[in-house]
Amino acid sequence: MKSAVLVFPGINRERDMARALRMISGHEPAMLWHAETELPNGTDLVVVPGGFSYGDYLRCGAIAARAPVMDAVRDHAAKGGLVLGVCNGFQILCESGLLPGVLMRNDKLKFICKDVHLRVERSDTPFTRGYNAGQVIRVPVAHGEGNYAADEETLKRLNGDGRVLYRYCSADGEVGDLSNINGAAHSIAGIVNESGNVLGMMPHPENHVEDIMGCTDGRGLFAGLVAHLDRAA
Amino acid sequence: MKARVTVTLKTGILDPQGKAIEGALKSLGVDGVASVRQGKVFDIELAGADKATAEAALKAAADKLLANTVIENYRVELLG
Repeated sequence: MKSAVLVFPGINRERDMARALRMISGHEPAMLWHAETELPNGTDLVVVPGGFSYGDYLRCGAIAARAPVMDAVRDHAAKGGLVLGVCNGFQILCESGLLPGVLMRNDKLKFICKDVHLRVERSDTPFTRGYNAGQVIRVPVAHGEGNYAADEETLKRLNGDGRVLYRYCSADGEVGDLSNINGAAHSIAGIVNESGNVLGMMPHPENHVEDIMGCTDGRGLFAGLVAHLDRAA
Repeated sequence: MKARVTVTLKTGILDPQGKAIEGALKSLGVDGVASVRQGKVFDIELAGADKATAEAALKAAADKLLANTVIENYRVELLG
């Protein structure tokens, strides 16, 4: 799997992401500066990592979403190429129009930095095939604006078309107000676009990939992507 | 030419920051505050003097960047 990790000023999780990609795919990812206008040849996966691009000025992800490199990402996505946005990356994908909706301030106004549980809603997608449907995984979150919102029509489509891949849940997989850490609509933690090749999620799977991290539940996402591409090749 | 673009949250969109400010005003004893919604103001200076061009540019600025029209409305004013 050849991957490219986008780098914007203020992004700070790109090296964690690159390490996870290198470890699981066996290939060194390209680090791509925001002013670039082309992706490296043969890029399978574009990753928009977490952080605070442009200091969260204006709205989280708003400035980064208009960077030159995003046109190349749009072209890649339009051709069916895989795109993964994590945390600020999810916010950037929403602001760029690659994903619907918006990430609002957490409903309790607090920055949340802790491990959470996610329910994997289906396993038949490139982003979840490393897991079983209904499986509960533990991954960290670190965000102040992760409260997913969209108009009713969009939410209906996301739910109805099986485009919610990850939801916040309790340790035993229960989805409800108690486990909905940031007030997100329908406990949404991660969604895909209509054609299923662009995923945005608030939690950080790249931070639970090695034993030394205390948990390896995040590996499945990357391993699933590698398996998906191997099968397609 | 000077202009002002005001961006506000659409009705029905939860505004936790506005709620927190509302609570703070109430705890300060400021009377008669029913509710608070927080928005943004952009003061923009335009190079040209043509009104129609300016309005079109400001509208483009708001649509493309200043507002996220999923959750926000905006108003453009030319201040002369």
